Amino acid sequence: MAFLDKHKAIETHATLLMVLSLLVVAIGGIVQIVPLFYLQNTIEEVEGVRPYTPLELAGRQIYIREGCYGCHSQMIRPLRDEAERYGHYSLAAESMYDHPFQWGSKRTGPDLARVGGRYSDEWHQDHFENARSVVPESVMPPYGFLYNAVIDGKYIQDLVETNRMVGVPYSDEMVSASLADFKAQADPLGDSAGLEERYGEAAFGTPVNVRNFDGQDALTEMDALIAYIQVLGTMVDFSTYTPVANR
Amino acid sequence: MWDYLKLAGLGVLAVLAAIAANYAHDLAYQVNAITVMLAAGISFLFVLRTAGDPKTVNQAEYFDSVIRAGAIATSFWGVVGMLVGVVIASQLAFPQLNFEFLQGYGNFGRLRPLHTSAVIFAFGGNALIMSSFYIVQRTSAARLFGGSLGWFVFWGWQLVIVLAATGYVLGATQGKEYAEPVWYVDILITVVWVAFLIVFMGTLFKRKEPHIYVANWFLLAMIVTVAMLHLVNNAAIPVSIFSSQQVQVYSGVQDAMVQWWYGHNAVGFFLTAGFLGMMYYFVPKQAERPIYSYKLSIIHFWALIFLYIWAGPHHLHYTALPDWASTLGMVFSIMLWMPSWGGMINGLMTLSGAWDKLRTDPIIRMMVVSIGFYGMSTFEGPMMSIRAVNSLSHYTDWTIGHVHSGALGWNGMITFGVLYYLVPRLWNREGLYSLKLVSWHFWLATIGIVLYASSMWVTGIMEGLMWREVDANGFLVNAFADTVAAKFPMYVVRALGGGLFLTGALIMCYNLWMTVRAQPARASQHSAVPAE
Repeated sequence: MAFLDKHKAIETHATLLMVLSLLVVAIGGIVQIVPLFYLQNTIEEVEGVRPYTPLELAGRQIYIREGCYGCHSQMIRPLRDEAERYGHYSLAAESMYDHPFQWGSKRTGPDLARVGGRYSDEWHQDHFENARSVVPESVMPPYGFLYNAVIDGKYIQDLVETNRMVGVPYSDEMVSASLADFKAQADPLGDSAGLEERYGEAAFGTPVNVRNFDGQDALTEMDALIAYIQVLGTMVDFSTYTPVANR
Repeated sequence: MWDYLKLAGLGVLAVLAAIAANYAHDLAYQVNAITVMLAAGISFLFVLRTAGDPKTVNQAEYFDSVIRAGAIATSFWGVVGMLVGVVIASQLAFPQLNFEFLQGYGNFGRLRPLHTSAVIFAFGGNALIMSSFYIVQRTSAARLFGGSLGWFVFWGWQLVIVLAATGYVLGATQGKEYAEPVWYVDILITVVWVAFLIVFMGTLFKRKEPHIYVANWFLLAMIVTVAMLHLVNNAAIPVSIFSSQQVQVYSGVQDAMVQWWYGHNAVGFFLTAGFLGMMYYFVPKQAERPIYSYKLSIIHFWALIFLYIWAGPHHLHYTALPDWASTLGMVFSIMLWMPSWGGMINGLMTLSGAWDKLRTDPIIRMMVVSIGFYGMSTFEGPMMSIRAVNSLSHYTDWTIGHVHSGALGWNGMITFGVLYYLVPRLWNREGLYSLKLVSWHFWLATIGIVLYASSMWVTGIMEGLMWREVDANGFLVNAFADTVAAKFPMYVVRALGGGLFLTGALIMCYNLWMTVRAQPARASQHSAVPAE
């Protein structure tokens, strides 16, 4: 075949082979990835979706650190059984402030996209400490050590600021009040008015959960993780949400 | 002069690492910084002791010492990665093995990335570096380019592995599957990978053969594509230069697409194109037959690398990713079946005229079975990428079974075959210590894979069906916990299968060790020549 004879030019020139390979492998990614930064249905904003509070953000870092995404998805598919089991299918906008995304790829445990508010803080405390005490069939590892990990929020402002750098719309005020908001959310007796004003009902339609999440005096990683778990999927009000027609 | 520059660079690095360890925001960062300091210190001492020595390198000889080290590293990390795999498989069957007293350091969630990274990047990566250094020298008839740069690639890669592995256990992770290493490890990976490309391309430039052999096309495409994937997928901003935390540049849908574009092509290029390069050299060598079809290799090479890169979004069916993107992923995945089987046919048919070797040569048997598993998993993959099939299989253990029939069957078996081929040659030994032990390894591994894959088919399809089961009134029949309980027996079988596979690998290590220790040296060509 004459066409294949021309291949000699490529296989006798290392640079040509390298450049052509790179061009050939670049195409697919360009076609599939680049439009996602411009298409309406992948960048649309939905009412209620807000940046995580500093404490929730810290909890999310713990979720990532412990590798929770290896066993739990956060992406409900529009299938009958999933809507029954987990709730409304997940919207693109609901993970728009997730850097990185946590959709997961495996359900060794159930989906967590809408787990927020579904169980009490006490249930989560028991479940994290020993999952089999509340779900006998569970194979989840124990996370009781989070109770002992006291956190002071020393670097929380850096984390919030870095999230702002990559496009999460934290205001100057949110950034400068990071540490105060971080502490206020787990302290029901303290002053959480500023936190509520910045992230709560007036700004985004849903009040911020302000509680002593782990039931202990000290502010621990358990507080942060439960605060994160309890906000998952609670931001959008699906009783009023109407999907855009082109989806 | 060059030695003094190296000394200065290593000294500065050691001091900077010591400073970084002092200011560390978290334990993982501190341990990583101390590791870098020690590595730089040891390298400093090594360079210092040999500085100014006359360096006599016989340019007519192949640079094989780094390949010998690669063979040892491949075997070692293979055993480590598979051992962690057996541990976490057992944790899923018996959750009590997530020991409370380990304070989370031994939990499934932290060990799982340790397992995946150890087998893909430590075992697979060392196998790839080792084989590409071997293949590119032999097929170019030239010594490896870059002098000791080959050693830098080898030791740099080991440092990447150690930093990533200790980081995972201590809680440093980026939180993206198969791309868990944190930002500074990602930078080190980039540096090592660029050095790898320079060594490889430099050797191709030096080649004395006019044509670049087909195995090198695949290896080169692997190196270039992995560089592209790594750079795009790991774009992140560190929270502080003294912290192991970072924030990904992309989020949500965009990050999901980038991640699976990366994730699927880590399979497509790292574990497929690179290993096809190994197949294209070592199978013809061991079978002592030429490659079946030169034309087929041209067509399947370009088709494979073009189509593979599109397949990523089949991991995102029915998600918030737009349908057109996941449909593209599905269509290209199905098309990909053809070049994949083109490669399989080219590998298998290379044995035409030498099929009798299947009976006599357990190494050929291993290679042929690996190509068989390659064919099987490249059929299963396109099938699972079909949206209707995926709606059942996604999120289940079926995916895990599919990955392992590829990883254990294809990547594992071909690497074992290559190690059996290489070790006697690299250490200049008269054949392997025991072919009988190779047969034992072969059967343990094969039975292990069969147990693994079939138990995962059963649990995967079972849980997929149980999740979607509704009764006559439209209510869900099974609670999630019911499906977890139902999987227990199959999880035990899976751990057993993994245990058999690991046992086979340990037998291989013993066999290779004894080959180096106890086998007589191969009679060198010179000794046959009369003394005068």
